[in-house]
Amino acid sequence: MIARALGAGAAIILLGAAGVWVITAPEPLPAAMIEGPPGDAQRGAAIFAAAGCAACHIAPEAEIDDAPVLSGGRAFASPFGTFHAPNISPSPQGVGDWSDAEIMDAVMRGVAPSGAHYYPALPYTAYALVEPQDMRDLIAHLRTLPPSEAESLPHELPFPFSIRRMVGIWKRLNMSEDWTLEGEISPQATRGRYIAEALAHCGECHTPRGPLGGLDRSRWLAGAENPSGDGRIPNITPAGLDWSEEDIAYYLESGFTPDFDTAGGEMALVVEEMGRLTAEDRAAVAAYLKSVPPVE
Amino acid sequence: MIHLRRPAIAAAALALLAAPLSAEVFEPKKAQELRESHMKLMGAHLGVLGTMAKGEMEYDANVASAAAEALAGLAQGTNGNYWVEGSSTEDLEDSRALPELWQDMEDVGQKAAALRDATQAMQEAAGTDLAALQGAMKSVGDACGDCHKAYRKPEE
Repeated sequence: MIARALGAGAAIILLGAAGVWVITAPEPLPAAMIEGPPGDAQRGAAIFAAAGCAACHIAPEAEIDDAPVLSGGRAFASPFGTFHAPNISPSPQGVGDWSDAEIMDAVMRGVAPSGAHYYPALPYTAYALVEPQDMRDLIAHLRTLPPSEAESLPHELPFPFSIRRMVGIWKRLNMSEDWTLEGEISPQATRGRYIAEALAHCGECHTPRGPLGGLDRSRWLAGAENPSGDGRIPNITPAGLDWSEEDIAYYLESGFTPDFDTAGGEMALVVEEMGRLTAEDRAAVAAYLKSVPPVE
Repeated sequence: MIHLRRPAIAAAALALLAAPLSAEVFEPKKAQELRESHMKLMGAHLGVLGTMAKGEMEYDANVASAAAEALAGLAQGTNGNYWVEGSSTEDLEDSRALPELWQDMEDVGQKAAALRDATQAMQEAAGTDLAALQGAMKSVGDACGDCHKAYRKPEE
């Protein structure tokens, strides 16, 4: 009797474990998304800038120039532990030996070549919405950047966050299938939405997060705690930001606010990247920000 | 008008340049107030140049040159004795100057020199044409931002 109960219990646990194993399984991109014409490195430079890769993956204190060294090493504090941006330069220590498909799976699905999950410190919920051709162009540009031999640092995460497999459940709750801003918007704001929501992943810092670290999309861009503990990241919905579209575009170009103060903190790095976009694309982001629902 | 302004600015710049030679004369709180006023003054002159750069005000070489000259004069003084020990975010409630600033004064000095260079280039550009002014605006912004990025606490 006891043996049978124990047997049934074990079976339930095994079934449960199998279930967890299935729902936490990493899901790479479908082949149809990966295949396509080869990337155009020149076109990829602007996409690389818009995607803001360098702001996180340069060495601590390094400057972003035309050919940044993506050696990694910057530390990012979070309620779950400290993440270290890895080396993503085209070297053996970085992603030099990876195929385009492997890089696309990493960036757009958070799946490593080994099949393991990446933590969502890498904003793949946003990059999932990037056009595959844009991503191939970005990768072609990435491969032209200087290599770095720096070894990537491990993250510092306490149990249970150290179990990567659990990220599978997080992804089921948080992977975005579609745009956060829905409904009728102008063609210019639509272009801005693509840059802001998919490439530039503005929401990763400007949108508050729930207890599990997922973005609270009902408060999209309404400002959030700064995970580093320094001040607050501002509300950039029309309820929080009353700048004109011209002011927003000029800020993204030059770093100057309407009263000619300058961008500080992490945003200064973002502005360096946004300054590399075309004036049309910066204006598109401004139009998008004006189309987002105001959230107090 | 311009005739009068130049010596006045030069005198002000000289006074500011001379300031670091003297002992720390300001109380920390006073130093914080003065440096913030100084920054706002730079913002006011930048505002003239930036409004033209944005196309919100018609480009006028004389107006732009006067603003650029005032800005360059002010940039001479940013490394004066406003940076008094005891006036960081750790000491004063509403200070935004991070303690790191006092740990690497050499770097602060280099950043201040970069601002002087950028504002001097702006003096040249402002009187040339709108395109030159717009280009110079970018380097001035970079110079401002480099120091703010490293040593200023983000806004609450």
